Amino acid sequence: MKTARSRHLVSGAMIGLTYLAAILATLPLLLILTHLLRKGASSLSLAFFTHMPRPVGEPGGGMANAIVGTLVLIGIASVIGLPIGIGAGLYLAEKKSTPLASSVRFLSDVLNGLPSIVIGIFAWQFLVRPIGHFSALAGGVALGSMMIPLVTRTTEEMLLVVPTSLREAALALGYPRWRTSISIVLRTALAGIVTGALVAVARIAGETAPLLFTAFGNQFWSTSLREPIAALPLQIFNYAISPYDEWHRQAWAGALVLITIVLIISIAARFATRSRFGAPVD
Amino acid sequence: MTAVAPVAALAAADTTGTMEASDFSFWYGKKQALKSITMTVPPRSVTALIGPSGCGKSTFLRSINRLNDLIPGVRHEGDLRLDGTSVYDPSLDVVALRQRVGMVFQRWNPFPKSIYENVAYGPRINGIGDEASLDEIVERSLRRATIWDEVKDRLRTSALGLSGGQQQRVCIARALANQPEVLLLDEPASALDPSSTQRIEELVYELKRELTIVIVTHNLQQAARASEYTAFFFMGELVEFGPTEQIFTSPREERTEAYITGRFG
Repeated sequence: MKTARSRHLVSGAMIGLTYLAAILATLPLLLILTHLLRKGASSLSLAFFTHMPRPVGEPGGGMANAIVGTLVLIGIASVIGLPIGIGAGLYLAEKKSTPLASSVRFLSDVLNGLPSIVIGIFAWQFLVRPIGHFSALAGGVALGSMMIPLVTRTTEEMLLVVPTSLREAALALGYPRWRTSISIVLRTALAGIVTGALVAVARIAGETAPLLFTAFGNQFWSTSLREPIAALPLQIFNYAISPYDEWHRQAWAGALVLITIVLIISIAARFATRSRFGAPVD
Repeated sequence: MTAVAPVAALAAADTTGTMEASDFSFWYGKKQALKSITMTVPPRSVTALIGPSGCGKSTFLRSINRLNDLIPGVRHEGDLRLDGTSVYDPSLDVVALRQRVGMVFQRWNPFPKSIYENVAYGPRINGIGDEASLDEIVERSLRRATIWDEVKDRLRTSALGLSGGQQQRVCIARALANQPEVLLLDEPASALDPSSTQRIEELVYELKRELTIVIVTHNLQQAARASEYTAFFFMGELVEFGPTEQIFTSPREERTEAYITGRFG
């Protein structure tokens, strides 16, 4: 029979292990952040945000084209991913148990788990090849396809949290179903849906694989949707595998900017969640 | 507040808001929740539905405005008529029906919007858009729900900031803003403290002069105090229906007496 003393010892050890695991879970992020700050901060300057890349050998220069390119790609992806994702999420929440809903739910989980490079190949096959060249549009479509399942499932979850009693209250007042869905259900869950959208944006902002043979990257300034476009992850990749020290430094700075963008979006998402079901809207 | 009731409604009023159930049965999937209910709820009166949990009284209430339609696998037999027209008539617009039949729920459920927007919500969908009319409807409805004096200075603040009893009265005002003929109350006071309960009961007493009220309650004293007619449901059957006084003092059915005297339920 175990004594109370040994039970306490085991209990203490187990609690200690969970503490350790909790710390280890955050360790990679902390290491990455400190490392990036050490390596990247020295190469960061205003010029990094406003200047174009310089040719090899010339010091200085920046990634203005890649920063703008990433924003353009996020924009295209959001235009595709958000309406489709939110609409599909609304369908799943309102028509929970229809056969179509179950298959959509299953397929979007599959799409969610699809390796991002496969989505890139898909966009290459159906957009790059027919058009004949790489383009921002193809990159945006690839990223948008990644966003759809993310947004669909978070929207569905947020809508299911809206109490049935609110839905019933609106219906009992003589609101048609579609208006109830939009003006009560969607409105009530809005903060949560915004959070889901921001998390999805943060997720795709750093994707590299789907862009390799869609957006392709561009050393020059371009915001045209039909031309190849620069993107931070691509630029980081290209600079990091280059043999030049100056480009390596730029890659570190680029990585720092990219992770900062993602962190800002994630923090914004946390703030949006905070006011869920809170104060009145109007 | 009777002064503001439309004259036309008063003139034609004698039967407006009459509700009849004839042989009405209702199923959730295979489970039968109501068994051939036949009763007539007289207009401009308060009818209490009493009975133990799961006896079908809420199902009956939610059939009147067809809120049960939302549940998959439900079906019915027999008929339920409001002012002589079946609520299940295929040509009847369920949205229009729900505008004529207001409902207040057990758990107050104001929208996460301002008090004003909550009350104006129903009229807005009926196409009342101009501010002056809405202001008037909001004030009149809040007055009828006896909460105007408490909220008139904070109409634009969240309805969720009010106490439970106040929120419930805002919900009643919200239902009244549609000018319904019938008001369905599903245990409106069961989660409220005694003084809020008393206010709701007084309110019901005032409102019955203008509309038909059907109230589901677990509180027998409340049924006895606030209603003129009482229907006792048991296991999906309507055991007895009659004037409240008769049901409570000389019930014809043994089961009614057993329930009222607290021997079961």
